[in-house]
Amino acid sequence: MPLELHIVTPEKRIFSDLVDNVYLPGADGELGVLPMHTGLVTALKPGELRYAYHGTVQTLAIGSGFAEITQTKVVVLTDSALGEADIDEAHVEEAIKRAQEKLATVDHNLDAEEVAYLQGVISRSTAALHFKRKYRP
Amino acid sequence: MANLRDIRRRIKSVKNTAQITRAMQLVAAAKMKKAQDQALAGREYSKQLNGVLQDISESFSDATHALLEKRSGNRELVLIISTDKGLCGAINTNLAKVVRKQTSADADYVTVGRKLRVMMEKLGRTVVADFTVKDPVPFSDARAISALISKHFIAGKYDKVTVAYTRFVNTMTQVPEVVQLLPVETPTDHAEVTATNDFLFEPSPADVLSAILPLYINFRVFQALVEARASEHSARMVAMKAATDNAKKFIKELTLEYNKLRQGAITAELLEITTAMKAME
Repeated sequence: MPLELHIVTPEKRIFSDLVDNVYLPGADGELGVLPMHTGLVTALKPGELRYAYHGTVQTLAIGSGFAEITQTKVVVLTDSALGEADIDEAHVEEAIKRAQEKLATVDHNLDAEEVAYLQGVISRSTAALHFKRKYRP
Repeated sequence: MANLRDIRRRIKSVKNTAQITRAMQLVAAAKMKKAQDQALAGREYSKQLNGVLQDISESFSDATHALLEKRSGNRELVLIISTDKGLCGAINTNLAKVVRKQTSADADYVTVGRKLRVMMEKLGRTVVADFTVKDPVPFSDARAISALISKHFIAGKYDKVTVAYTRFVNTMTQVPEVVQLLPVETPTDHAEVTATNDFLFEPSPADVLSAILPLYINFRVFQALVEARASEHSARMVAMKAATDNAKKFIKELTLEYNKLRQGAITAELLEITTAMKAME
């Protein structure tokens, strides 16, 4: 019995079809989901998402977000989801550098919102970079 | 022939107006396409987010979160999303009507867009904060707005937060509406209800809830912003198209009148010449 997988970002629907299994980067560590999994809602941290689709394993670098898992369905809501080809290494490195520089200038006590956002950018970009280096052809 | 010259001058000025409205129509059309795409793309995420929230809401009867707390008071904060510029048909007027009808009279306001902010200030209402949102709408702008309203709500300054915006239906139709933002009410428009209601939560129910709820608010604000933006550009495009069409019709009428007058003048002149010739015979 296959599993329904939906991956959605605020910009668009990334993927929506039947798959055999899904591996998610959960907040407490990677977690594998097979059909008939128990109901689970988990926070996701930036990392690598894998799923078996028509016999091949597909991988995506996702940002933070969360996933809802039911027996027949996995819904992944995340702020970004990129394939290996979508990630431009130089561009991502530049983004990390920019975020770090900005992080050094903002007041950590006054601008908690901004700090959280920048840290989010850094962790997401770092995860994307690891992903790119791992799967680069 | 002062009259002929007058008409010629009028045709020229109407032509100029038509040129301007046509240019504005083209600009609005280009922006409209982008804004509409953005609004429609966000709906998918919004639907899934509503679904998740609805599915898990039953597990949260006891684990209350500050953003879910229902209070008995009726101090209301209204987030009004209007446009910065005019010439976009009646969408601001319609939105103002809905705001007057569906929100309490002594509410405070947070505004996006100059048009309704100016109007609310004229009416002597309290505008707590005003935001400027770039075009196309960046998600970080929504984050700043929702952070402010969540802060006010949690601090107990207001018991209810609503958002008034113009929902985008299609290029011809935009519907102004007022929607409750806080306290978060479980969405009910999600059609499929999942069979399993017992969810495990990782890392913990409280953690998951405090991750989802702010995201939900952010996203609701963001979606309202992009919908309003799509409505604005659509309304402006349609208004400018109507203006261009009217101007063209006007030019046609004026040209006809001009030609009639000119022909009249020629006929009169010919008549004079022939009469003079007849008199000479």
